[in-house]
Amino acid sequence: MYKLLLCWRYLRTRYIALVCIVSVMLGVATMIVVNSVMAGFTNEMQARLNGMLGDLVFECRSMDGVADAELHMAKIRQVAGDSVVGMSPTVSVPALMYIDVLGPDRQTQAMTKPITLVGIDESTYADVSDFDDYLQHPENRKKLEFKLRDGGYDVYDHQAAGDANAKPRKQLERAGWPYRRYKASVLKQREFVVGADQRFAPSPEKEAPAGDLLQNPFAAAEGEQQGRDFDPATEEHMGIVLGIGTCSYRGSDGTDHFIALPGDDVRVSFPKASLPPEAISEFCTIVDVYESKMSEYDANFVFVPIRALQQSRGMVDPTTGIGKFTSIQIKLRPGADADQIRDRIRDAFPAQLYVVSTWRDKQGPLLAAVQMEQAVLNVLLFMIIAVAGFGILAIFTMIVVEKTRDIGILKSLGASGRGVMGIFLGYGLSLGIVGAGVGMALGLLFVAKINEIADLLGRLTGQPVFDPAVYYFYKIPTIVNPHTVAWICLGAVCIAVLASVLPARRAARLHPVKALTYE
Amino acid sequence: MATCGLFKSYRKGTLGIPVLQGIDFSVYEGEFLSIIGQSGSGKSTLLHLLGTLDRPDAGEVCFEGNRIDNLPAASRDLLRNRYFGMVFQFYHLLPELTALENVLTPALIAESMFGYWRNRKQYRRRAEELLELVGLRDRMKHKPRELSGGEMQRAAIARALLAEPKVLLADEPTGNLDRATGEQIMQVLAELNREQKLTIVMVTHDAWIAEQADRVVRLVEGRIQAA
Repeated sequence: MYKLLLCWRYLRTRYIALVCIVSVMLGVATMIVVNSVMAGFTNEMQARLNGMLGDLVFECRSMDGVADAELHMAKIRQVAGDSVVGMSPTVSVPALMYIDVLGPDRQTQAMTKPITLVGIDESTYADVSDFDDYLQHPENRKKLEFKLRDGGYDVYDHQAAGDANAKPRKQLERAGWPYRRYKASVLKQREFVVGADQRFAPSPEKEAPAGDLLQNPFAAAEGEQQGRDFDPATEEHMGIVLGIGTCSYRGSDGTDHFIALPGDDVRVSFPKASLPPEAISEFCTIVDVYESKMSEYDANFVFVPIRALQQSRGMVDPTTGIGKFTSIQIKLRPGADADQIRDRIRDAFPAQLYVVSTWRDKQGPLLAAVQMEQAVLNVLLFMIIAVAGFGILAIFTMIVVEKTRDIGILKSLGASGRGVMGIFLGYGLSLGIVGAGVGMALGLLFVAKINEIADLLGRLTGQPVFDPAVYYFYKIPTIVNPHTVAWICLGAVCIAVLASVLPARRAARLHPVKALTYE
Repeated sequence: MATCGLFKSYRKGTLGIPVLQGIDFSVYEGEFLSIIGQSGSGKSTLLHLLGTLDRPDAGEVCFEGNRIDNLPAASRDLLRNRYFGMVFQFYHLLPELTALENVLTPALIAESMFGYWRNRKQYRRRAEELLELVGLRDRMKHKPRELSGGEMQRAAIARALLAEPKVLLADEPTGNLDRATGEQIMQVLAELNREQKLTIVMVTHDAWIAEQADRVVRLVEGRIQAA
């Protein structure tokens, strides 16, 4: 009983012990904040990674693909059983994309970008990935059709969920058919004006404004000398969905600037699946833009309908009409053991032709790096608490020396060595509990208010802490894992108790007479 | 209570300094015995041996016919807690606790948390009575640093009496007090001896203080000189 009373009194009267509490508190708070933010980032990243890839990816090693996805899918289903809930074949091929950009001299110039062209089956691709959720047109999110829409593309990022930091994308407001028609008329006018000297004097109806075109789309084409087989004002090429990173850039203030909009045409060059390879070029009309918020994907992937790509690349057998594919995305039932099913599928197909991997395998180095980073960070941060432990050791040793006479008094009154030890162990325990408790509260509060704090810091320093130009999230993602928090607090309390063992033993072993006469 | 052939020496480096060189004496129940001696004559050491705070190099300390100097630590802790009350020259109160809490310390040490909680009213009443007895009725809530020397010593006596000990061991109880205050303390001790038949062993260097006891034993250079 005296142990409790004395612990309590020492806790209230020794202000130096507050230093220990503060150091434990800071260590615990930092660990909680860092772990929550890292867990948030990891979770966000994994969701994105898994969102774009199926749970399992079945790929053939050849870029030119193999025939008959249906046959392969049937066999996969047979091997994996009812764990498979969805499959979708894709064809992917490295390609070059040319976007016409208006230069400072009002001349258009082609901007070339290396991309990965992915042919997807729009009817099944949504079953295996979250691809549809990342599109900018609400109707496309319900069902992707690879057709240009009349307008109504999201001006506000639907994934930001009304966040104030999300800057509106004003350019997308005019994307769609009206934009395409307007652009076609402008181009036609320019073409006409430039060629006027060589040809004939301009006639008034040729300069009809865009408004007239809407009533009579063919008006502009009247009197055209060459026979035309494609009219950009009314027709579209093969639909294409661009990653937001391939057709826009983000300004320092966080606004996105588009260099191509839905309605624009781009040209894509890719090799045919023949020997020797032959490069072919296709015009495509941008029908939507997707944003997975994984810059690796957003800046690299471009999607077209699989059938069209198969035909362009010569991957369709002219007699049977069966196309070749390069990979099959597989979606598994929630809770299914992906590694086990991967191994089963792997065993069922010749390994020299096919690669089967989970999305984790595909992103293995990245995930491992993040995990490593988190582990190292945790070790380093735990060192902070260990340092706090040494602080407790030093301060307790001091307190024991200071309290030598009191220890002698207690012993002369019949307190046992064990009891005296208990005072200091209990003292360490209570410091640990108070420190860990306050630290936990502080850490959780910090995590809860982290975006406000980041904003405030940004305003104070004039330098945004969490720059939306760098990250694709508008908020700092956090996940508080109760297990982690519990372990951190437990660890801190343990360190506090361990650090007080040495001084407590020293106190317990003091000789009562020597302690009483200690000056 | 008796001692026979007590030897005790302190080591300083390789040189052993003999302090007590064969002490034989007895204390009878209800007696007020004072041990007088010069500084360094070993009287405090003797008291520590009697109170089992220290162990003799040779010889025995007996209490009610049983040898107590060789008991295990736990038994000696119990003995100090229940059977001996100790009063020191420098009062030795715990500075973090109030006078009342200081008096309660032996009970706090003796009892488990639950046991103390169950008997807390009883203990508190007893502590208050004892503080009244030594004249500290309105000083109960004061911390030691807010008390005068005499008051602190009286609180220390109250603390020594809480467990209703058989023997009170007093080490220069007046050594740090002026004459008048010392006399008050002596009065308290004498009253306790007279009214409650408390056995008191007091150590002092002051002949005048020593003479107030029933019997005086003189300690010279670690040996008893008959008075």
